[in-house]
Amino acid sequence: MTTSAVLLLALMAVPVVGAVIVALVRGSDVAARGTALGFSFIELALAAAVWASYQPGGARLQMVSSADWIAPVGVHLSFGVDGIALVMVAVIALLVPIVIGFSWNFQPPTGRSLGSFLSLLLLQQGLMVGVFAATDVFLFYVLFEIMLIPMYFLIGGYGGQRRQYAAVKFFLYSFLGGLLMLASAIGAYVYAADKTGSGTFDWQTLVGVMRDAPLSLQIWLFLGFFAAFAIKAPLVPFHTWLPDAASEAPIGVAVILVGVLDKVGTFGFLRYNLALFPAASQELAPWVLALAVAGVLYGALLAVGQRDMQRMIAYVSISHFGFIALGIFAFSSQAQAGAVTYMVNHSIATGMLLLLIGMVAARGGSRLISDYGGMARVTPVLGGLFLVAGLTTLSLPGTNSFISEFLVLLGSFPREPVFTVVAALGMVLAALYVLWLYQRVFHGPVRGTALVEAAPGPGAVGDPARAEVPDLSKRELVVLAPLVVAVLGLGVYPKPLLDVVTPSVGATMTEAGVTDPVTAQGGK
Amino acid sequence: MTSGIAAQGPYFLAASPLPAEGIAQHAWLLIALPAFGAAVLLLGGRRTNAWGHLLGCATVLAAFGYGLALFLSAGAFGEAARVRELSLFSWIPVNALQVDFGLRLDPLSLVFVLLVTGVGALIHIYSIGYMAHDPNRRKFFAYLNLFVAAMLLLVLGNSFVSLYFGWEGVGLASYLLIAFWHHRPAAATAAKKAFLMNRVGDVGLALAIFIMFAQLGTTQYTEVFARAGEFSSAQLVALTLLILLGAAGKSGQFPLQAWLPDAMEGPTPVSALIHAATMVTAGVYLIARANPIYNLTADGRLAVMAIGAITLLLGAIIGCAYDDFKKVLAYSTVSQIGYMILAVGLGPFGYALGIMHLLTHGFFKAGLFLGAGSVMHGMNDEGNIRRLGGLWRYMPITFATWGLAYLALIGFPGLSGFFSKDAIIEAAFGQAGWRGWVFGGAALLGAGITAFYMTRLMLMVFFGKERWRELRTEDGREYHPHESPLVMTVPMILLALGSVGAGFFFAQGHRLTGYLAPSLGGLQEAHGPLPALAITGLTITLVALGALVAWLVVGRRPVPVERPERVSLPVRAARADLYANAVNETLVARTGTWLARALVFLDNRGVDGLVNGIAALLGGSSSRLRRLQTGFVRSYALSMLGGSVLVIAALMVVRFA
Repeated sequence: MTTSAVLLLALMAVPVVGAVIVALVRGSDVAARGTALGFSFIELALAAAVWASYQPGGARLQMVSSADWIAPVGVHLSFGVDGIALVMVAVIALLVPIVIGFSWNFQPPTGRSLGSFLSLLLLQQGLMVGVFAATDVFLFYVLFEIMLIPMYFLIGGYGGQRRQYAAVKFFLYSFLGGLLMLASAIGAYVYAADKTGSGTFDWQTLVGVMRDAPLSLQIWLFLGFFAAFAIKAPLVPFHTWLPDAASEAPIGVAVILVGVLDKVGTFGFLRYNLALFPAASQELAPWVLALAVAGVLYGALLAVGQRDMQRMIAYVSISHFGFIALGIFAFSSQAQAGAVTYMVNHSIATGMLLLLIGMVAARGGSRLISDYGGMARVTPVLGGLFLVAGLTTLSLPGTNSFISEFLVLLGSFPREPVFTVVAALGMVLAALYVLWLYQRVFHGPVRGTALVEAAPGPGAVGDPARAEVPDLSKRELVVLAPLVVAVLGLGVYPKPLLDVVTPSVGATMTEAGVTDPVTAQGGK
Repeated sequence: MTSGIAAQGPYFLAASPLPAEGIAQHAWLLIALPAFGAAVLLLGGRRTNAWGHLLGCATVLAAFGYGLALFLSAGAFGEAARVRELSLFSWIPVNALQVDFGLRLDPLSLVFVLLVTGVGALIHIYSIGYMAHDPNRRKFFAYLNLFVAAMLLLVLGNSFVSLYFGWEGVGLASYLLIAFWHHRPAAATAAKKAFLMNRVGDVGLALAIFIMFAQLGTTQYTEVFARAGEFSSAQLVALTLLILLGAAGKSGQFPLQAWLPDAMEGPTPVSALIHAATMVTAGVYLIARANPIYNLTADGRLAVMAIGAITLLLGAIIGCAYDDFKKVLAYSTVSQIGYMILAVGLGPFGYALGIMHLLTHGFFKAGLFLGAGSVMHGMNDEGNIRRLGGLWRYMPITFATWGLAYLALIGFPGLSGFFSKDAIIEAAFGQAGWRGWVFGGAALLGAGITAFYMTRLMLMVFFGKERWRELRTEDGREYHPHESPLVMTVPMILLALGSVGAGFFFAQGHRLTGYLAPSLGGLQEAHGPLPALAITGLTITLVALGALVAWLVVGRRPVPVERPERVSLPVRAARADLYANAVNETLVARTGTWLARALVFLDNRGVDGLVNGIAALLGGSSSRLRRLQTGFVRSYALSMLGGSVLVIAALMVVRFA
């Protein structure tokens, strides 16, 4: 086993160890959050080391390690990353310390402690790294399902009023999808056993075997995986769990849920659907594209109509997941590189927006848009940063999200002009939902009872303009600063990200049996 | 009409641009300077309040100085060597797509650099005085600097993607500045409307870029222009229409014009710089820049001409009906940009003329807006021209500079607008067949209407009875008109000088059109059915007629302070922006709101149920799946699947019913 493989294993182990230790010291909030933050920083440093030792354009999977698990049926504990998994792992490592910093003074519902909250968060982190790093299909399935458990408790134990309902709904949807995937995985195993004489769940072996499977079989197996992933990275109409889960979850958890956990779905499209079932992927692509583009518009229109800011972000994400799915199934390296960077950039952009909504709600005591007005005058720094988050959400050039949305649309256009043109309307709707939200909350006269009640300073009554609502604190600024740097940095210089992603996308294209529609000399 | 390939300058398709050398190697400073100013002012916060405005002015002045040096040093090159590129870094590299971030330094971009930084610097300085009492003056200068940086990126970028970066960047600056007084709901709404209508155009531009990539595998100017011949004719038409859509959004052209008058909610220096002199002319720049594409399709150019002609008339007609000082000027801008769009639609006969009118318009329209700001500054922000009157004796400098800019705009012989507008009218008449008569006639008619509404404005503001004497402001104060401080009047004087002399300077010896030839191809002379002198004579006659009618309507008779409500149908239509907003409201806004509401209802009630249905359906299909495959483990897996689906479906029905 190479040193870098050890690094990757450590990347999974450290948060889990951290989760155990934080659980042990959960009696003291101060000790728990300090410990959790420390572990998340170690994890961040490890992720940087993993990134540094990854070689773009090198082996398909790197830092690989494998051990027998259930030997009789050929299930292994095997791990490894490609560029796509690597960037997702890096995003998790970036977001968790930010979420811990954001949740520094989080007050859980009675009977629960900040320590157990942070412990679950770290456990969630370790499991998500595992899901992205697993290279055995059965292992992936197991982690895919286990990953639901901490999230179930994070939503159900620490969320809003309807948290139990939301958590159960989240769990059932995801679990159902997982079972369909399991059935398909077993199907693939059996097919491989028939063909080669020995069954295996090893991803790379299955890729080699399944590519020759008959189309009808590929289609059925494709659908099993697709169901799991279309629920996870919700495509319309499999999305109805997300608005409940994302709006009932505490903000920090929502960041992890929408930012990373849901990306397992789009990651799965690339790693499993395209690579294992290439013929089915090509056959069914128009249907998936139709769902994707419908999702772009449906999510955006619903976002326009929302009254609750956090719930609105769930619909915004549904729209953005539509863009990602479009990029994946449009079969060009530009569109797929766009989709993968979209997975990263959406985490950063939406994460930042959700955190800011949390900061607004912490001041106004409400998440309803109608409870606010004119906040840019009361809290100008908060207003300015909220606008930055909004602008990256609407993919303004110069922000990170622009690169990915532009690549998705540009790359999809040569093969799928009609779907692309329809999806491009999402650009206009994005401007509408972002700027209208901004106008209602931050522009206009200062108003909103919530704003006044939250901080009844001198002169507050009847004159909200003078209500003493504080602007961003130092801690909040520190939490947001890395995100601002990422938004602008990756917007102006996305090359480091693209350099890692592009070769892996190329490999995925090869596995899917497709070639780029446009070469440097132009279209076909 | 000839298809126009022959019209290309000998330079364009010849070779790739030469690398930048000498001081041009640091041309990125042009963008970096104002961007640095914006960053310092935004990050520095209140600490920079004391000197923030000075930094804002200094960065733009420095950029102007640098641009001037670039311009002069480029003059030493022979014509063929005036197109240069400065490669900076690889921006978006994904296999076939290689978007390189770099700057294109050629005559077209350099004249824009001078316009943007020159007029920009004057307006920065003016704003020191105009915004002196605003507690957020620092932020204002930060946004203005941001705008200058984005605008320079727009004109200097060497690919359509870099242009798009600047294109949306100026849109952001425009949004921030229109909403500068965002506590006023009207300002906030206007800013959002501007951004949204621009976004519609931006989608068009983006799609045009996608077509370029799909066909050529590149978005860099040099390669796209050199290989423009590889586009199919359908692609060319699509490209030209989509680029035109982008231009219409940014430049307030029909049918996306409605945001520009609303944008007057922003502070007046913003209206002068962004919504008159520079940003809104970006559409003209875009079409002129894309001239190798437009040269190849007469159909595309016809669409451009038509949009230009419609808009120049529409803007002029609506401009006659408004009583708001800045809104009249805004519609005048819409109309004048219509002239520029018409000009670039003429193809090789007009690209350079469009740019010439753009430059002269930059001087006199900025001057008109700054003058309007000066009047309002001295009149407690009163913008209703029915409440003004007789101000010439109280604001002599404002009156004189405004008057010169006014004469330049209506095309008074010898002043800037005369040279640039007359040339466009002549070139439009030069089009073959019905086109010459229609487009030339529209341009000619527009000149007459322009003279009418501008003279009406002039008379109602500066001449006639001092109607404000009997009036009070909204909060009950009297009006005390006074001249503005030097920091405001000096920029106005300089702009007035440009309004007077720029046209002659550019036109003399075809100086400007010749200079632009390496970027736009040589200007072709148009020969229409009417001799040039006759067109000039007709134009002058119509302009005089327009001015005379205005005098008969508002000069000879007293002007009522309240707007008469019982007016004829055409006036009512013009007051309602020729119903553009009503159409937007019904077609887009109301339909959209209804759709969003209906979907929210459906999503909450319907889709959950639908998903339960799908779950049951999947249960059914799994049994078909079983029949399809044989084998013990397989059927075990499938029955497990079927069973779990049923269990889960049942659970969901029980749980969520």
